[in-house]
Amino acid sequence: MVRTLLVRGLLLGLLAGLVAGVFAFTVGEPRIDDAIALENAAAAHEHGAAAEPESATHGHESGTHEHESGTGGKESGTHEHGEEVSRGTQKAGLFLATGLYGLAVGGVFALAFAGLRGRVGPRSDAALALAAAGTAFAAVIVVPFLKYPANPPAVGDPETINTRTLLYLAMIGVGLLSTAIAVTTARSVRGGPWARWPAAVLAFVVPVVVASLLLPGVDEVPDGFPATLLWQFRITSLGTQLVFWASFGTLFGWFCDRAARAPAPA
Amino acid sequence: MSTLSARHIPLSHLVPWLLAVPALLLLGYLVLMDNGAVSQTGGYLHELMHDGRHLLGVPCH
Ligand SMILES: [Zn+2]
Repeated sequence: MVRTLLVRGLLLGLLAGLVAGVFAFTVGEPRIDDAIALENAAAAHEHGAAAEPESATHGHESGTHEHESGTGGKESGTHEHGEEVSRGTQKAGLFLATGLYGLAVGGVFALAFAGLRGRVGPRSDAALALAAAGTAFAAVIVVPFLKYPANPPAVGDPETINTRTLLYLAMIGVGLLSTAIAVTTARSVRGGPWARWPAAVLAFVVPVVVASLLLPGVDEVPDGFPATLLWQFRITSLGTQLVFWASFGTLFGWFCDRAARAPAPA
Repeated sequence: MSTLSARHIPLSHLVPWLLAVPALLLLGYLVLMDNGAVSQTGGYLHELMHDGRHLLGVPCH
């Protein structure tokens, strides 16, 4: 049983990861290209005459103009780390990243699902899959996003990456802990759904708000970075996760439903 | 409350599979957060999955 669930989680996670990759590639890559173009333009400005001819032509452009990078192959896009991986390879690497992310998340989800099943949440497997995926999206994605929203390349100080990563993980911890508190509260409150749901929501929101107020903020957006591009990138990033969790929850639930209808496989 | 229905999977069945969790978390770490320290590929993995990191919303450069 656990093995079946784990295999299902891994495969459907990989699939949902690739679906999210298609969304990220289509909607997200143009935003990343724009941000990198701005970064190169800023770098060209800093280095003055030493700039490459291509960068120099963009020297004083601002705003989110289309950066014609052709196939993206030889453009100097790998910021901060030299020229190890071309932009074209990075765009393929996007699918590797979202696919492997889906594989890892799907596996962990399946094992959590196996533990929750029959203990917490809806009785039907399909409903539990959807509820668990929705809860995970809220706790593990939306909660950290609200405090530490996603940034495009060219935004963020490389020196603070470890601190920012730890703070981000702390917010994931807060999201999970708040979920546990909310579930416990919902189970202990009597008086029907009109008492239970508000109590659960409050028990989730209060620790999240308190933690957000206590944890330090991160503000590393360079002066003059276009607010529209930043907003579009952040929404696209949240959208990538939404596409992942929605496809994964639906696929996982659908396969549970199918397995339940199949003539008992022992 | 009768929350523990017959549909639950006994913990004794579940525990051995939990050994997969560290491996899965390591994979997630390598995709989303490693900067060469664990993978020992310099920045290669980081750069290869860079667009994915940014679009999945984790902190990056
Ligand atoms: Zn980076």
